[in-house]
Amino acid sequence: MLIKFTGGKIYDPANGVDGQIRDIYVRDGRVVTPAATDRVHQEFNLGGKVVMAGGIDPHSHIGGGKVTIARMMLPEDHRGHEVARGDLTRAGCGHAVPSTLTAGYRYAEMGYTAAFEPAMLPVNARQAHMEMADTPMIDKGAYVMLGSDDYFLRLLAKGGHKEEIKDYIAWSMHAAQALAVKVVNPGGISAFKFNQRKLDLDEKHSFYGVTPRDIILTLGRSLQELGVPHPIHIHGCNLGVPGNKETTLDTIRAAEGTPIHLTHIQFHSYGTEGDMKFSSGAAEIAELINQHKNVSIDIGQILFGQTCTASGDSMRQYGNTKSAHPKKWVVMDIECDAGCGVVPMKYRDKSFVNALQWAIGLEMFLLVNDPWRIFLTTDHPNGAPFTTYPHLIRLLMDKTFRNEMLRRIHPGAQAASILGSLTREYTLYEIAIMTRAGPAKSLGLKDRGHLGVGACADITVYEENPDREAMFTTPAFVFKNGEMIVRNGKIVKVVTGDTHVVRPEYDRKRVEKPLKDYFEAYHTVQMENFRLSDEEITAPGCGHAPGTCGCLVVHPTGARK
Amino acid sequence: MSASQAGAPSAPASAAQTHAHVTCPFCGLRCDDLEIARSGQALSVTRNGCDKAKAGFERPLTAAQPRVGGKTVSLGEAIAEAVALIKKAKLPAYGGLATDVDGMRAIMSIADKSRGVVDHAFSEAQGRNIKVLQTSGYFMTTLTEARNRADLFIIASDVHRFHPRFFERIVCNEKSMFADDPPKRTVVFLGEGYDTSAATGTRIGDVVTINCPTHRIGEVVSALRTLKKGAPLPADTIAGVAKAQIEDLLARCHKAEYGVIVWVPPGLDFPNADLTVHQICEFVKDLNVTQRFAGLSLGGNEGASTAASVCAWQSGYPLRVSFETGAPHYDPELYAIPALIASKQTDCLVWLSSFTADLSPPATDIATVVLGSHDLKLAREPEVFIPVGTPGIDHRGQLVRCDSVVSLPLRDLGRDAGLARTVDVLAAIEAAL
Repeated sequence: MLIKFTGGKIYDPANGVDGQIRDIYVRDGRVVTPAATDRVHQEFNLGGKVVMAGGIDPHSHIGGGKVTIARMMLPEDHRGHEVARGDLTRAGCGHAVPSTLTAGYRYAEMGYTAAFEPAMLPVNARQAHMEMADTPMIDKGAYVMLGSDDYFLRLLAKGGHKEEIKDYIAWSMHAAQALAVKVVNPGGISAFKFNQRKLDLDEKHSFYGVTPRDIILTLGRSLQELGVPHPIHIHGCNLGVPGNKETTLDTIRAAEGTPIHLTHIQFHSYGTEGDMKFSSGAAEIAELINQHKNVSIDIGQILFGQTCTASGDSMRQYGNTKSAHPKKWVVMDIECDAGCGVVPMKYRDKSFVNALQWAIGLEMFLLVNDPWRIFLTTDHPNGAPFTTYPHLIRLLMDKTFRNEMLRRIHPGAQAASILGSLTREYTLYEIAIMTRAGPAKSLGLKDRGHLGVGACADITVYEENPDREAMFTTPAFVFKNGEMIVRNGKIVKVVTGDTHVVRPEYDRKRVEKPLKDYFEAYHTVQMENFRLSDEEITAPGCGHAPGTCGCLVVHPTGARK
Repeated sequence: MSASQAGAPSAPASAAQTHAHVTCPFCGLRCDDLEIARSGQALSVTRNGCDKAKAGFERPLTAAQPRVGGKTVSLGEAIAEAVALIKKAKLPAYGGLATDVDGMRAIMSIADKSRGVVDHAFSEAQGRNIKVLQTSGYFMTTLTEARNRADLFIIASDVHRFHPRFFERIVCNEKSMFADDPPKRTVVFLGEGYDTSAATGTRIGDVVTINCPTHRIGEVVSALRTLKKGAPLPADTIAGVAKAQIEDLLARCHKAEYGVIVWVPPGLDFPNADLTVHQICEFVKDLNVTQRFAGLSLGGNEGASTAASVCAWQSGYPLRVSFETGAPHYDPELYAIPALIASKQTDCLVWLSSFTADLSPPATDIATVVLGSHDLKLAREPEVFIPVGTPGIDHRGQLVRCDSVVSLPLRDLGRDAGLARTVDVLAAIEAAL
């Protein structure tokens, strides 16, 4: 069946299309060039409407143990946000940490067709995939967390095991069914278990004797040599600590040109100037990022209101427990492998610190020049729930609106921020880069995030509206694999998205021989059961037809070096 | 890779087969190092089992058939009767919930569609932790972390009775990640009437027993907190424990590199036991200001942690959720199935019990549909009985471990008993609703 999308204003940065009126043809879920003689079976007249690929969220905590801890912990945050069963949709609830079902529906209703869980602990991978499987409508995938796991740290501490480390990283990606690798407070989660309370970039882990710099460089270079498309996804040292901008600047320099992605950089861009000993480091960091083409970032913008922070960074989350609102929190040491911290948080515009955090994120958005290297995130739910994206887009696209909001925040924070002097307004083309083309390119999703021939027909259509928040809140249509799933912001068809993974080449025998003994000696799960099989994350007998079940899509890696 | 690897077709039941790396579904520890031999339909644990595992795996198959009103019927007829009862019900109650992840997903879907209530048989016990989670939170650890790192274990429940391999695997293990010759461990039993026999071996150093009634553990922990804060105790003994003993325990806590307090929520079976859990968790928080310490909650038998986790990620709330209005509502008091039965607010009970023979439905005259293990003990003949397979014996599956972090795959051990999967029965019921 050939579908024609006629006359839309297309924003497709991957193919250099900037608001031109074009027709798009879709057959069997893919964008195609039809032959002149092909009959069009269905036509959507999109005259005047804005057309983009489906949104892609490259960093959103949608699945895994810590999210479910947050869900269980905060019934008060769900109340008033219950969603009744509909004709097509299941019941659910949620505001800051929605139930899986509701999260999937809300992403789709907002024009997003993919979201990626950035912090999948290897030992929790099975549950993370279960939760993602129960997140309908959208494609998903996850980044496996390494860098505080005992096996990696002991290999690194022994020194000189470059190929063994690469094999282990690749094995972990296969075992956890991952799309990328993330490091969280490199080595710090482990150091906290040895009662270290901070770990700076060049500070030694008291047991293994390695530093965060060693860990970042090893993971970064290994991933590059394994041909994994997404660079090491770094949640750096000292999250939330005033003065951490120095660590961030040092981390960028420490990469020595190796590709790195610095995630939720807003939380890592704080200085210590002023009466409150808390200031913005955005300008300095943005300048360095502009100079370093090997660095990409996402923001982790905060927006005001109640939310919940959920992170693998047990060390820093423990530090943040004093700011918990309401006053309750969970921190966990996990399996000599990782950790987690769940701390509810209410960001207030009348708090100097929160207001400046808000301004720092926006400064960073506006000061980094290359939209291909900066992705729009709130680090859901840590900075704000993902449902605030349309509001954030308006802040970026509408200077007048932004300055109105700026005038409402704590006056000290207004005075401490250069935000009011920044006149940049993002264009629709740039928004399409930041929310579609950029993340897809960075993650190696070659057939997503664009509308060129061969692309997966995940398409979002918006009514042009100068109120960009309204425009991005309620898309006119959303198509997944060429099928209409949302009309006027409401779900018209429930579908199941794909699970995206990459599988770098490795020597399984070489890595599993010592690993098997290691698991046997120390762990409480056998290596054979630690590995997550394909059968566990796909519907039986699905035949891997994309879009019909929680199917696996394996994206290619480069050749191993 | 053996023929028993997940995904491989099961061999005919007549053949003998040995399965390695088998996960045991019969307690929340989810030991996955079992070896099970099958001969025909008979299973035996040949490596690494405990009494619970042996009892679970090795019990003989009985020839159970679907029944309606005590009469053997076809599976289709049993499903049709179950559908009729659920359709007729004003408020169906989905209880027991001793099933795997897929079974739980299916029950959530049915409860949502039929506007029912979901509640696990062990929600009351599990709720002791959840209440603390929702009021103040906690600092916890997991099994591998404790196994390798802890040098002090304070045992605040009769752990060995609930989890027979806990000591063997987590406390008495000879190897540790962090030392070739790991230091000896101190084990403190806090409570009364515990089986302490498993705290033996070369890793075990001091074993201290502090006797107090289980329902007064919270008072002793509260006294530890008082002393820790530098305040005086109001008496020379607290809950029958001498002040010197409490001071000694506090000194041991302070000396520990990584201390762990272990409890089993069903083992703290007395009114307001959540307050005991709260004291333990707050003590752990107090210690973590300057040193490292963690709580370790066990339990999770009969799929309890699986049920709570799936319910929480799908509905947003842990167990005791009602879909009566169409949307999920959470109230651990209001939606307790025993209370709903007693007050006759529910008029149909659907009971899931697919692991042991012992998790029987409550004796009630309310119309009851049981999806149970073939040998489930029944106080009375339910309106509908459908024998279902045990996840991890009769079909593949997944279960969440007691720490709610790790989950394990379950095997089909290939005994070909012809027992339906809970998820398939529920899917058929839902399709007809």
